Amino acid sequence: MKFFSLTVIVALVLFSNAALAQSAKGTTLPSVKIKALDGTVVNTSTLSNDGKPIIIDFWATWCKPCIAELQAIHALYEEWQKETGVKIIIISIDDARNSKKVLPFVNGRNWVFEAYIDENADFKRAMNVNEIPHSFVINGKGEIVYQHKSYAPGDEAKLLEEVKKILAEEQAKKP
Amino acid sequence: MFVQPAFSQSSDNGILRSDFQLDAQTYRQDSLIGAPNVREKMLGQGFLNVLYSRGNFSAGVRYEGYFNPIQGIDLRYTGNGLPYRFARFNNDMLDVTLGNFYEQFGSGMILRTYEERSLGFDNSVDGIRVKVNAADGVTFTGLIGRQRSFFALGPGIVRGGDVNVNLNQLTVFGEDWLGQDAGTIELGASVISKFQTANDPLYNLPENVLAYSLRASRQSGGFRTDIEYAYKYNDPGFTNNRSFNPGTGLFVSAAYSGKGYGLTLNFKRIDNMDFRSDRTASLNNLNLNFLPPLTKVHTYRVLTLYPYATQNNGEIGFQGEFVYTIPKNSFLGGDYGTTITVNYANIHALDTTRIDEFTYTSQFFGRGKMLFQDLNIEIAKTWSKKLKTTFTFVNQSYDKDVIEGKLGYGLIHPWYVIGEASYQLTPKSAIRMELQHLFVRRDFGNWAFALLEYTFNSHWYLTVFDEFNYGNYNPEQRIHYYSGGVTYVDSGTRLSLSYGRTRAGILCVGGVCRVVPASNGLTLAITSTL
Repeated sequence: MKFFSLTVIVALVLFSNAALAQSAKGTTLPSVKIKALDGTVVNTSTLSNDGKPIIIDFWATWCKPCIAELQAIHALYEEWQKETGVKIIIISIDDARNSKKVLPFVNGRNWVFEAYIDENADFKRAMNVNEIPHSFVINGKGEIVYQHKSYAPGDEAKLLEEVKKILAEEQAKKP
Repeated sequence: MFVQPAFSQSSDNGILRSDFQLDAQTYRQDSLIGAPNVREKMLGQGFLNVLYSRGNFSAGVRYEGYFNPIQGIDLRYTGNGLPYRFARFNNDMLDVTLGNFYEQFGSGMILRTYEERSLGFDNSVDGIRVKVNAADGVTFTGLIGRQRSFFALGPGIVRGGDVNVNLNQLTVFGEDWLGQDAGTIELGASVISKFQTANDPLYNLPENVLAYSLRASRQSGGFRTDIEYAYKYNDPGFTNNRSFNPGTGLFVSAAYSGKGYGLTLNFKRIDNMDFRSDRTASLNNLNLNFLPPLTKVHTYRVLTLYPYATQNNGEIGFQGEFVYTIPKNSFLGGDYGTTITVNYANIHALDTTRIDEFTYTSQFFGRGKMLFQDLNIEIAKTWSKKLKTTFTFVNQSYDKDVIEGKLGYGLIHPWYVIGEASYQLTPKSAIRMELQHLFVRRDFGNWAFALLEYTFNSHWYLTVFDEFNYGNYNPEQRIHYYSGGVTYVDSGTRLSLSYGRTRAGILCVGGVCRVVPASNGLTLAITSTL
């Protein structure tokens, strides 16, 4: 029986690795509605940074690794912006239990990220996010070029690396 | 090496996106911790979402399979199928969905359909939803359908409507008619009506039950206030012990924040507001609304032993939270600043007087016995680019009898001390540690918990932890619940394999909980956004 269980698990792992060949890379942002912290409704397909890269990060006020990630990026954000012009957009999936706390939470930590609330999880579902933190790197044309699930200390460096790759690629394309 | 999009600008053919998750666990009987003999020896469940969009059109389907549901997930999920599928058309004016949808009116006091797969919670409506942006700032929503109940639909029909008005965007009175200083003002009203046949031989039960809610919010600078009131006509059912009282709910919130500080105050009163599209439903099935507990969401392991869950039949409470960041380059702030969060929540039962078997009166601001109280302080400090620490102190009062439906425990007073530190060893490797302690005089007695997580690089993590109930009053129950696991992450995919003992407990996400029995075995989880 144990052998059978193990075989099933191994088969599933292999299956999932095969599935990795597919990806959301190259697709643009879906069109759903989210709310800015002042209550204004914004269509996600209009999120932009004047042709420069964007990092979109799904988080929640109760998610410890999300906060660790955003705190780490917060410490480096000024440096990143100077170097690459990247914009960080954070999407809170907090529900009615905590959605009213999001603005004080963000302000209280001095975060200067562009922040939205996705209270009905429409954007989360449209982006196929099933766990947080989950971040996406978007190029100047609005295409998803990289995504990353979960957070461990040091992962923020990988995000910056991906942003720099976009800039290098765009630089190389210029005549 | 440059990133080459897999299928770039495929707008002509549309965009396909998907995600999936698989959870499997093997079970060994372990009478010491109370892990039952699971006849299947291994249980596994998973789902796959496929979404397609092209221009203004989108469609999606989700396959779910439970072979059989893992321990703690409702056994009525046993089986497999396509319980979620929809087609949707939306442009700037019109948004039409046919099939399953998730919707929330206001904060969800009379309607919130959502999914929380880790709890086996999904109360989506299968029907028709239409949203119309009638004028700038005005949105109407109308819906009709039946709710999902595992792999079938519930017996009741749900009809609803909502109107939301953003006064600032309303242009019929001219541009900027509110003036610059008015702030952003939003008003909303919703109604939900459900129909379920009634042929009870003894009681005259209402077949149609109506509920409505009214809400207003205003934001100006760092100041925000929200108020919402809900009313439900009498709806005797299983979960409210056939009470013929109407239901009411009031939720008020005020928040003020600026650079480096934030304050939130909430007040909530709930009276007989459990609302389902089937009067015989219970547990996490066929809920129409969502009444969040106004308490902090705790995620540290020992803090999940005593979680609060909203008492839908009646409670009154308030919560306050203050966040302050001591500026960097100050004596206490250090080079990176120190963030302090203080949160206090207090919840009581209502002060009610019974009139007869089916009705009661309750004083609006009267309070009955205390159900829950929580004072917690968290200090998060970044010492350097490499070292970060968080200290948490929590003191609670918890009525185990009311919250867990037990007898003879009464109000217990746990308190907790938790320390967490992470240290970056090299640019890609790091170590993280948690030490947690729970002091409690009664119930299970004291618990200690230690966790160590090592990140080899951005792909591999190793986690080991031990939860030790060393203070149990029964010496045989002073058990180590150890666990060890490895996780692999690559872009949108996470795989984790762990082995160990899990204590019986309550798993809560967003204020909805499920009971998880003790287990001993190997756990596999794969989740991927493709």
